[in-house]
Amino acid sequence: MYNRPLADGSLVACLDCDLVQRLPELRSIGAAECLRCGRTLRVRRSDSLDRTLALTAAAASLYFLANSVPMLGLSAAGNQASTTVFGGAVQLWHDHQKMVSALVFFTAIVAPALQISLTGAVVLGAMRNPAPRWVGGLLAHLPGTKTWTMVEVMMLGTLVALMKIADYATVIPGVALFSLGGLIVVLAAMHVVFDPMEVWERVSWPGPEHPGTGTSGDRDGPPGAGDVYT
Amino acid sequence: MTTDPPVASTPPPGSAMQQGLQVCDTCELLSRPAQGAATGVCPRCDRPVEFRKVQSLQRTWAFVLAAAICYVPANVLPVLTTITFEGAESDTIMGGVVLLWSPTGWPLSLIVLIASIMIPCGKIVALTHLLLTVHRGSIKNSEERVRLYRLVEVIGRWSMVDVFVDTFTVALVQLQPLMSVEPGPGLFFFAAVVVLTMLAVQSFDPRLIWDPSNVKEVRHA
Repeated sequence: MYNRPLADGSLVACLDCDLVQRLPELRSIGAAECLRCGRTLRVRRSDSLDRTLALTAAAASLYFLANSVPMLGLSAAGNQASTTVFGGAVQLWHDHQKMVSALVFFTAIVAPALQISLTGAVVLGAMRNPAPRWVGGLLAHLPGTKTWTMVEVMMLGTLVALMKIADYATVIPGVALFSLGGLIVVLAAMHVVFDPMEVWERVSWPGPEHPGTGTSGDRDGPPGAGDVYT
Repeated sequence: MTTDPPVASTPPPGSAMQQGLQVCDTCELLSRPAQGAATGVCPRCDRPVEFRKVQSLQRTWAFVLAAAICYVPANVLPVLTTITFEGAESDTIMGGVVLLWSPTGWPLSLIVLIASIMIPCGKIVALTHLLLTVHRGSIKNSEERVRLYRLVEVIGRWSMVDVFVDTFTVALVQLQPLMSVEPGPGLFFFAAVVVLTMLAVQSFDPRLIWDPSNVKEVRHA
Protein backbone atom coordinates (compact mmCIF):
# COMPACT_ATOMS: atom_id res chain seq x y z
CA MET A 1 0.00 0.00 0.00
CA TYR A 2 1.39 3.38 -0.98
CA ASN A 3 2.54 5.81 1.69
CA ARG A 4 1.22 9.34 1.63
CA PRO A 5 3.86 11.96 0.72
CA LEU A 6 4.18 15.01 2.93
CA ALA A 7 2.81 18.30 1.73
CA ASP A 8 6.04 20.02 2.76
CA GLY A 9 8.69 18.75 0.34
CA SER A 10 11.61 20.39 2.16
CA LEU A 11 11.31 18.04 5.16
CA VAL A 12 13.84 15.21 5.07
CA ALA A 13 14.99 12.51 7.46
CA CYS A 14 18.65 11.52 7.80
CA LEU A 15 19.29 7.93 6.66
CA ASP A 16 21.98 7.46 9.32
CA CYS A 17 20.15 8.81 12.40
CA ASP A 18 16.49 9.33 11.35
CA LEU A 19 16.42 12.97 12.48
CA VAL A 20 13.70 14.91 10.69
CA GLN A 21 14.89 18.32 9.59
CA ARG A 22 14.15 20.98 7.05
CA LEU A 23 16.49 21.14 4.09
CA PRO A 24 17.79 24.64 3.50
CA GLU A 25 17.47 25.82 -0.07
CA LEU A 26 20.79 25.24 -1.74
CA ARG A 27 21.59 27.96 -4.20
CA SER A 28 23.68 26.73 -7.15
CA ILE A 29 26.46 24.85 -5.36
CA GLY A 30 26.50 23.75 -1.74
CA ALA A 31 25.99 20.91 0.68
CA ALA A 32 23.63 20.36 3.61
CA GLU A 33 24.72 18.20 6.52
CA CYS A 34 22.62 16.42 9.10
CA LEU A 35 22.37 18.47 12.28
CA ARG A 36 22.89 15.50 14.54
CA CYS A 37 25.27 13.04 12.87
CA GLY A 38 26.91 15.08 10.11
CA ARG A 39 25.85 12.88 7.20
CA THR A 40 25.69 14.80 3.94
CA LEU A 41 21.98 15.14 3.20
CA ARG A 42 22.13 17.00 -0.08
CA VAL A 43 24.84 18.19 -2.41
CA ARG A 44 23.91 20.61 -5.13
CA ARG A 45 26.20 20.48 -8.15
CA SER A 46 26.16 22.88 -11.05
CA ASP A 47 25.43 21.36 -14.42
CA SER A 48 25.39 17.87 -12.92
CA LEU A 49 23.60 16.03 -15.73
CA ASP A 50 25.68 17.30 -18.65
CA ARG A 51 28.97 16.75 -16.86
CA THR A 52 27.96 13.27 -15.76
CA LEU A 53 27.01 12.40 -19.34
CA ALA A 54 30.42 13.55 -20.62
CA LEU A 55 32.21 11.54 -17.92
CA THR A 56 30.04 8.50 -18.69
CA ALA A 57 31.15 8.61 -22.32
CA ALA A 58 34.79 8.84 -21.22
CA ALA A 59 34.32 5.98 -18.73
CA ALA A 60 32.66 3.79 -21.37
CA SER A 61 35.54 4.17 -23.82
CA LEU A 62 38.20 3.60 -21.14
CA TYR A 63 36.27 0.55 -19.90
CA PHE A 64 36.09 -0.85 -23.42
CA LEU A 65 39.82 -0.34 -23.94
CA ALA A 66 40.74 -1.75 -20.52
CA ASN A 67 38.85 -4.95 -21.22
CA SER A 68 39.99 -5.59 -24.77
CA VAL A 69 43.79 -5.37 -24.50
CA PRO A 70 46.30 -7.20 -22.26
CA MET A 71 46.82 -5.79 -18.79
CA LEU A 72 50.05 -7.50 -17.78
CA GLY A 73 52.70 -9.28 -19.76
CA LEU A 74 55.52 -11.44 -18.48
CA SER A 75 58.71 -12.79 -19.94
CA ALA A 76 61.07 -15.19 -18.21
CA ALA A 77 63.71 -17.47 -19.70
CA GLY A 78 62.37 -17.05 -23.21
CA ASN A 79 58.78 -17.69 -22.20
CA GLN A 80 56.05 -15.16 -22.81
CA ALA A 81 52.71 -14.84 -21.09
CA SER A 82 50.10 -12.13 -20.83
CA THR A 83 46.70 -11.69 -19.26
CA THR A 84 43.66 -9.50 -19.60
CA VAL A 85 41.25 -8.67 -16.78
CA PHE A 86 38.92 -11.39 -18.05
CA GLY A 87 41.86 -13.80 -18.35
CA GLY A 88 42.39 -13.54 -14.59
CA ALA A 89 38.84 -14.73 -13.92
CA VAL A 90 39.12 -17.49 -16.53
CA GLN A 91 42.33 -18.92 -15.05
CA LEU A 92 40.76 -19.09 -11.58
CA TRP A 93 37.75 -20.89 -13.08
CA HIS A 94 40.02 -23.54 -14.62
CA ASP A 95 41.87 -23.91 -11.33
CA HIS A 96 38.60 -24.96 -9.61
CA GLN A 97 38.03 -21.70 -7.75
CA LYS A 98 34.72 -21.05 -9.51
CA MET A 99 33.15 -18.95 -6.75
CA VAL A 100 36.15 -16.65 -6.44
CA SER A 101 36.36 -16.47 -10.21
CA ALA A 102 32.72 -15.37 -10.37
CA LEU A 103 33.38 -12.75 -7.68
CA VAL A 104 36.35 -11.34 -9.61
CA PHE A 105 34.33 -11.38 -12.82
CA PHE A 106 31.45 -9.56 -11.15
CA THR A 107 33.42 -6.90 -9.24
CA ALA A 108 35.96 -6.18 -11.98
CA ILE A 109 33.91 -6.54 -15.16
CA VAL A 110 30.12 -6.78 -14.64
CA ALA A 111 29.59 -4.19 -11.88
CA PRO A 112 31.60 -1.39 -13.58
CA ALA A 113 29.78 -2.06 -16.87
CA LEU A 114 26.41 -1.88 -15.09
CA GLN A 115 27.42 1.26 -13.23
CA ILE A 116 28.52 3.04 -16.41
CA SER A 117 25.53 1.98 -18.51
CA LEU A 118 22.96 2.66 -15.75
CA THR A 119 24.41 6.12 -15.13
CA GLY A 120 24.35 6.87 -18.85
CA ALA A 121 20.74 5.70 -19.26
CA VAL A 122 19.57 7.56 -16.15
CA VAL A 123 21.22 10.82 -17.21
CA LEU A 124 19.88 10.58 -20.76
CA GLY A 125 16.38 9.85 -19.42
CA ALA A 126 16.57 12.68 -16.90
CA MET A 127 17.39 15.22 -19.57
CA ARG A 128 13.61 15.45 -19.98
CA ASN A 129 11.71 17.13 -17.16
CA PRO A 130 9.64 15.43 -15.84
CA ALA A 131 11.70 12.33 -16.44
CA PRO A 132 9.94 9.08 -17.41
CA ARG A 133 9.25 6.60 -14.64
CA TRP A 134 11.76 3.97 -15.83
CA VAL A 135 14.54 6.41 -14.93
CA GLY A 136 13.69 5.91 -11.26
CA GLY A 137 13.58 2.15 -11.76
CA LEU A 138 17.14 2.18 -13.10
CA LEU A 139 18.44 4.75 -10.62
CA ALA A 140 17.29 2.56 -7.71
CA HIS A 141 19.90 -0.04 -8.71
CA LEU A 142 22.82 2.35 -9.12
CA PRO A 143 24.06 2.35 -5.46
CA GLY A 144 24.29 -1.46 -5.55
CA THR A 145 26.50 -1.47 -8.62
CA LYS A 146 28.68 1.23 -7.04
CA THR A 147 29.22 -0.85 -3.90
CA TRP A 148 30.45 -3.82 -5.90
CA THR A 149 32.54 -1.96 -8.47
CA MET A 150 36.10 -2.57 -7.32
CA VAL A 151 38.23 -1.25 -10.16
CA GLU A 152 40.43 0.76 -7.81
CA VAL A 153 40.93 -2.20 -5.49
CA MET A 154 41.81 -4.38 -8.48
CA MET A 155 44.35 -1.76 -9.60
CA LEU A 156 46.12 -1.91 -6.24
CA GLY A 157 46.01 -5.70 -6.30
CA THR A 158 47.46 -5.76 -9.80
CA LEU A 159 50.30 -3.45 -8.81
CA VAL A 160 51.15 -5.61 -5.81
CA ALA A 161 51.08 -8.74 -8.01
CA LEU A 162 53.23 -6.97 -10.58
CA MET A 163 55.92 -6.06 -8.07
CA LYS A 164 55.77 -9.49 -6.48
CA ILE A 165 56.43 -11.20 -9.82
CA ALA A 166 59.02 -8.60 -10.82
CA ASP A 167 61.44 -10.29 -8.42
CA TYR A 168 61.91 -13.28 -10.70
CA ALA A 169 60.54 -12.30 -14.11
CA THR A 170 60.27 -9.25 -16.32
CA VAL A 171 56.78 -7.78 -16.09
CA ILE A 172 55.44 -5.59 -18.85
CA PRO A 173 52.56 -3.30 -17.87
CA GLY A 174 49.99 -3.36 -20.65
CA VAL A 175 47.79 -0.65 -22.15
CA ALA A 176 44.83 -1.90 -20.12
CA LEU A 177 46.65 -1.05 -16.89
CA PHE A 178 46.88 2.60 -17.93
CA SER A 179 43.28 2.70 -19.14
CA LEU A 180 42.22 1.25 -15.80
CA GLY A 181 44.10 4.07 -14.08
CA GLY A 182 42.17 6.55 -16.21
CA LEU A 183 38.90 4.73 -15.55
CA ILE A 184 39.42 5.01 -11.78
CA VAL A 185 39.87 8.78 -12.06
CA VAL A 186 36.82 9.16 -14.34
CA LEU A 187 34.61 6.98 -12.10
CA ALA A 188 35.65 9.02 -9.05
CA ALA A 189 34.83 12.24 -10.91
CA MET A 190 31.47 10.76 -11.93
CA HIS A 191 30.71 9.97 -8.31
CA VAL A 192 31.47 13.58 -7.31
CA VAL A 193 29.59 15.26 -10.16
CA PHE A 194 26.45 13.09 -10.31
CA ASP A 195 23.58 14.24 -8.11
CA PRO A 196 20.98 11.44 -7.83
CA MET A 197 18.61 13.66 -5.87
CA GLU A 198 18.34 16.02 -8.80
CA VAL A 199 17.19 13.07 -10.92
CA TRP A 200 14.73 11.89 -8.24
CA GLU A 201 13.20 15.34 -8.18
CA ARG A 202 12.64 15.14 -11.92
CA VAL A 203 11.14 11.64 -11.97
CA SER A 204 7.40 11.84 -12.50
CA TRP A 205 5.26 10.14 -9.87
CA PRO A 206 1.57 10.20 -9.13
CA GLY A 207 1.77 12.18 -5.88
CA PRO A 208 -1.43 13.96 -4.76
CA GLU A 209 0.01 17.43 -5.02
CA HIS A 210 3.00 16.46 -7.16
CA PRO A 211 5.61 18.03 -4.91
CA GLY A 212 8.44 16.53 -6.89
CA THR A 213 9.55 19.65 -8.66
CA GLY A 214 12.22 20.63 -6.19
CA THR A 215 10.80 23.92 -4.96
CA SER A 216 11.47 24.03 -1.26
CA GLY A 217 10.15 27.41 -0.26
CA ASP A 218 11.99 30.66 0.17
CA ARG A 219 14.30 30.24 3.09
CA ASP A 220 17.40 32.21 3.78
CA GLY A 221 20.51 30.86 5.40
CA PRO A 222 24.01 29.80 4.51
CA PRO A 223 24.39 26.55 2.60
CA GLY A 224 25.08 23.69 4.95
CA ALA A 225 22.93 25.01 7.76
CA GLY A 226 19.65 23.29 8.50
CA ASP A 227 16.81 23.99 10.88
CA VAL A 228 15.39 21.48 13.28
CA TYR A 229 11.83 20.59 12.51
CA THR A 230 9.63 20.82 15.58
CA MET B 1 26.53 21.81 13.31
CA THR B 2 25.80 19.31 16.08
CA THR B 3 23.39 19.19 18.95
CA ASP B 4 23.73 17.27 22.18
CA PRO B 5 22.51 13.70 21.93
CA PRO B 6 19.17 13.20 23.63
CA VAL B 7 19.49 11.66 27.06
CA ALA B 8 15.88 10.80 27.76
CA SER B 9 14.73 7.20 27.41
CA THR B 10 11.90 8.23 25.11
CA PRO B 11 12.58 8.25 21.37
CA PRO B 12 14.46 11.32 20.19
CA PRO B 13 11.88 14.01 19.51
CA GLY B 14 13.06 14.55 15.99
CA SER B 15 13.16 10.92 14.83
CA ALA B 16 11.03 10.15 11.78
CA MET B 17 9.88 6.87 13.33
CA GLN B 18 8.61 8.68 16.42
CA GLN B 19 6.56 10.96 14.21
CA GLY B 20 5.21 7.99 12.30
CA LEU B 21 7.16 8.86 9.16
CA GLN B 22 9.24 6.60 6.96
CA VAL B 23 12.19 7.64 4.84
CA CYS B 24 12.83 5.71 1.64
CA ASP B 25 16.40 4.41 1.55
CA THR B 26 16.37 4.47 -2.25
CA CYS B 27 15.10 7.95 -3.13
CA GLU B 28 15.15 9.49 0.38
CA LEU B 29 11.53 10.67 0.16
CA LEU B 30 9.84 11.15 3.53
CA SER B 31 6.31 9.75 3.60
CA ARG B 32 3.58 8.66 5.99
CA PRO B 33 2.43 5.02 6.02
CA ALA B 34 -1.23 4.11 6.20
CA GLN B 35 -2.74 4.15 9.70
CA GLY B 36 -1.26 1.34 11.78
CA ALA B 37 0.80 -0.11 8.93
CA ALA B 38 4.43 -1.04 9.67
CA THR B 39 5.52 -1.14 6.05
CA GLY B 40 4.46 0.65 2.93
CA VAL B 41 5.50 1.46 -0.60
CA CYS B 42 7.35 4.64 -1.46
CA PRO B 43 5.04 6.74 -3.67
CA ARG B 44 7.95 8.15 -5.66
CA CYS B 45 10.08 5.10 -6.45
CA ASP B 46 7.69 2.19 -5.85
CA ARG B 47 10.07 0.42 -3.49
CA PRO B 48 9.10 -0.99 -0.09
CA VAL B 49 9.77 1.32 2.85
CA GLU B 50 9.91 0.54 6.55
CA PHE B 51 10.87 2.38 9.73
CA ARG B 52 14.07 0.36 10.17
CA LYS B 53 15.78 -2.20 7.93
CA VAL B 54 13.93 -5.50 8.33
CA GLN B 55 15.52 -7.79 10.94
CA SER B 56 18.65 -5.72 10.78
CA LEU B 57 20.26 -7.08 13.96
CA GLN B 58 19.55 -10.75 13.24
CA ARG B 59 20.84 -10.51 9.68
CA THR B 60 23.93 -8.54 10.67
CA TRP B 61 24.74 -11.04 13.44
CA ALA B 62 24.39 -13.91 10.98
CA PHE B 63 26.77 -12.34 8.47
CA VAL B 64 29.29 -11.30 11.14
CA LEU B 65 29.35 -14.77 12.71
CA ALA B 66 29.69 -16.45 9.32
CA ALA B 67 32.55 -14.07 8.47
CA ALA B 68 34.28 -14.77 11.79
CA ILE B 69 34.06 -18.51 11.15
CA CYS B 70 35.46 -18.17 7.61
CA TYR B 71 38.24 -15.94 8.93
CA VAL B 72 39.95 -18.98 10.50
CA PRO B 73 40.35 -21.19 7.38
CA ALA B 74 41.08 -18.03 5.37
CA ASN B 75 44.21 -17.52 7.45
CA VAL B 76 45.18 -21.13 8.10
CA LEU B 77 44.74 -22.64 4.63
CA PRO B 78 47.12 -21.74 1.80
CA VAL B 79 45.95 -19.16 -0.74
CA LEU B 80 48.67 -19.80 -3.32
CA THR B 81 50.70 -22.84 -4.36
CA THR B 82 53.85 -22.27 -6.38
CA ILE B 83 54.96 -25.23 -8.49
CA THR B 84 58.58 -25.29 -9.70
CA PHE B 85 61.16 -27.95 -10.58
CA GLU B 86 61.96 -28.26 -6.91
CA GLY B 87 58.38 -29.11 -6.02
CA ALA B 88 55.32 -27.35 -4.73
CA GLU B 89 55.27 -24.69 -2.05
CA SER B 90 52.12 -23.35 -0.41
CA ASP B 91 51.66 -19.96 1.18
CA THR B 92 49.03 -18.63 3.54
CA ILE B 93 48.14 -14.92 3.56
CA MET B 94 50.51 -14.30 6.47
CA GLY B 95 53.16 -16.32 4.62
CA GLY B 96 52.78 -13.96 1.68
CA VAL B 97 53.26 -10.97 3.96
CA VAL B 98 56.44 -12.48 5.39
CA LEU B 99 57.74 -13.40 1.93
CA LEU B 100 57.23 -9.87 0.67
CA TRP B 101 58.99 -8.38 3.67
CA SER B 102 62.40 -7.17 2.50
CA PRO B 103 64.37 -3.89 2.59
CA THR B 104 62.73 -2.86 -0.71
CA GLY B 105 59.47 -4.78 -0.62
CA TRP B 106 58.17 -3.80 2.83
CA PRO B 107 55.61 -1.24 1.59
CA LEU B 108 53.88 -4.00 -0.42
CA SER B 109 54.07 -6.30 2.53
CA LEU B 110 52.45 -3.61 4.65
CA ILE B 111 49.63 -3.10 2.11
CA VAL B 112 48.81 -6.82 2.17
CA LEU B 113 49.09 -6.98 5.97
CA ILE B 114 46.69 -4.05 6.44
CA ALA B 115 44.24 -4.96 3.69
CA SER B 116 44.10 -8.72 4.22
CA ILE B 117 44.59 -9.24 7.92
CA MET B 118 43.91 -6.04 9.83
CA ILE B 119 40.90 -4.68 7.87
CA PRO B 120 38.82 -7.91 7.91
CA CYS B 121 39.59 -8.45 11.59
CA GLY B 122 38.87 -4.79 12.38
CA LYS B 123 35.56 -4.97 10.51
CA ILE B 124 34.40 -8.01 12.48
CA VAL B 125 35.38 -6.38 15.78
CA ALA B 126 33.79 -3.02 14.86
CA LEU B 127 30.51 -4.59 13.73
CA THR B 128 30.36 -6.73 16.87
CA HIS B 129 30.89 -3.60 18.97
CA LEU B 130 28.10 -1.78 17.10
CA LEU B 131 25.74 -4.74 17.49
CA LEU B 132 26.45 -5.14 21.21
CA THR B 133 26.00 -1.44 22.00
CA VAL B 134 22.70 -1.41 20.09
CA HIS B 135 21.52 -4.47 22.03
CA ARG B 136 22.42 -2.76 25.29
CA GLY B 137 20.46 0.28 24.16
CA SER B 138 23.49 2.44 24.70
CA ILE B 139 22.97 6.13 24.01
CA LYS B 140 26.59 7.08 24.62
CA ASN B 141 29.03 8.07 21.86
CA SER B 142 26.37 7.78 19.18
CA GLU B 143 28.23 10.15 16.90
CA GLU B 144 31.48 8.20 17.25
CA ARG B 145 29.65 4.96 16.57
CA VAL B 146 27.97 6.22 13.43
CA ARG B 147 31.37 7.48 12.26
CA LEU B 148 32.84 4.05 12.94
CA TYR B 149 30.04 2.53 10.87
CA ARG B 150 30.78 4.86 7.95
CA LEU B 151 34.51 4.10 8.21
CA VAL B 152 33.83 0.36 8.07
CA GLU B 153 31.55 0.95 5.08
CA VAL B 154 34.24 2.89 3.18
CA ILE B 155 37.38 0.86 3.88
CA GLY B 156 35.76 -2.58 3.80
CA ARG B 157 36.11 -3.04 0.05
CA TRP B 158 39.89 -2.71 0.23
CA SER B 159 40.27 -6.12 1.79
CA MET B 160 39.50 -7.50 -1.68
CA VAL B 161 43.07 -6.49 -2.64
CA ASP B 162 44.51 -9.89 -1.84
CA VAL B 163 41.91 -11.67 -3.98
CA PHE B 164 43.04 -9.60 -6.96
CA VAL B 165 46.74 -10.06 -6.13
CA ASP B 166 46.26 -13.82 -6.13
CA THR B 167 44.04 -13.78 -9.23
CA PHE B 168 46.56 -11.98 -11.37
CA THR B 169 49.55 -13.83 -9.96
CA VAL B 170 47.84 -17.08 -10.90
CA ALA B 171 46.79 -15.76 -14.33
CA LEU B 172 50.24 -14.49 -15.21
CA VAL B 173 52.63 -17.05 -13.79
CA GLN B 174 51.73 -19.95 -16.08
CA LEU B 175 55.16 -20.87 -17.44
CA GLN B 176 54.79 -24.65 -17.44
CA PRO B 177 56.94 -26.60 -16.87
CA LEU B 178 59.28 -23.91 -15.55
CA MET B 179 57.03 -22.39 -12.97
CA SER B 180 53.33 -22.04 -12.31
CA VAL B 181 51.08 -20.79 -9.55
CA GLU B 182 47.75 -22.26 -8.48
CA PRO B 183 45.12 -20.85 -6.12
CA GLY B 184 44.73 -22.62 -2.78
CA PRO B 185 41.59 -23.48 -0.78
CA GLY B 186 42.15 -20.52 1.57
CA LEU B 187 41.30 -18.11 -1.23
CA PHE B 188 37.63 -19.14 -1.21
CA PHE B 189 37.31 -18.56 2.53
CA PHE B 190 39.15 -15.27 2.30
CA ALA B 191 36.83 -14.01 -0.46
CA ALA B 192 33.90 -15.23 1.64
CA VAL B 193 35.09 -13.10 4.60
CA VAL B 194 35.20 -10.02 2.37
CA VAL B 195 31.75 -10.60 0.89
CA LEU B 196 30.12 -11.57 4.20
CA THR B 197 31.46 -8.51 6.02
CA MET B 198 30.25 -6.27 3.19
CA LEU B 199 26.79 -7.86 3.42
CA ALA B 200 26.87 -7.41 7.22
CA VAL B 201 27.59 -3.69 6.77
CA GLN B 202 24.67 -3.39 4.35
CA SER B 203 22.25 -5.19 6.69
CA PHE B 204 23.12 -3.04 9.69
CA ASP B 205 20.83 -0.06 10.20
CA PRO B 206 22.80 2.87 11.69
CA ARG B 207 19.54 4.48 12.83
CA LEU B 208 19.37 1.79 15.56
CA ILE B 209 22.39 3.49 17.16
CA TRP B 210 20.20 6.49 17.98
CA ASP B 211 17.12 4.61 19.14
CA PRO B 212 16.79 4.18 22.90
CA SER B 213 16.36 0.58 24.04
CA ASN B 214 12.59 0.65 24.54
CA VAL B 215 11.85 1.23 20.85
CA LYS B 216 14.31 -1.30 19.46
CA GLU B 217 11.73 -3.97 18.84
CA VAL B 218 9.00 -1.58 17.77
CA ARG B 219 8.31 -1.86 14.10
CA HIS B 220 5.53 0.69 14.01
CA ALA B 221 5.01 4.01 15.72
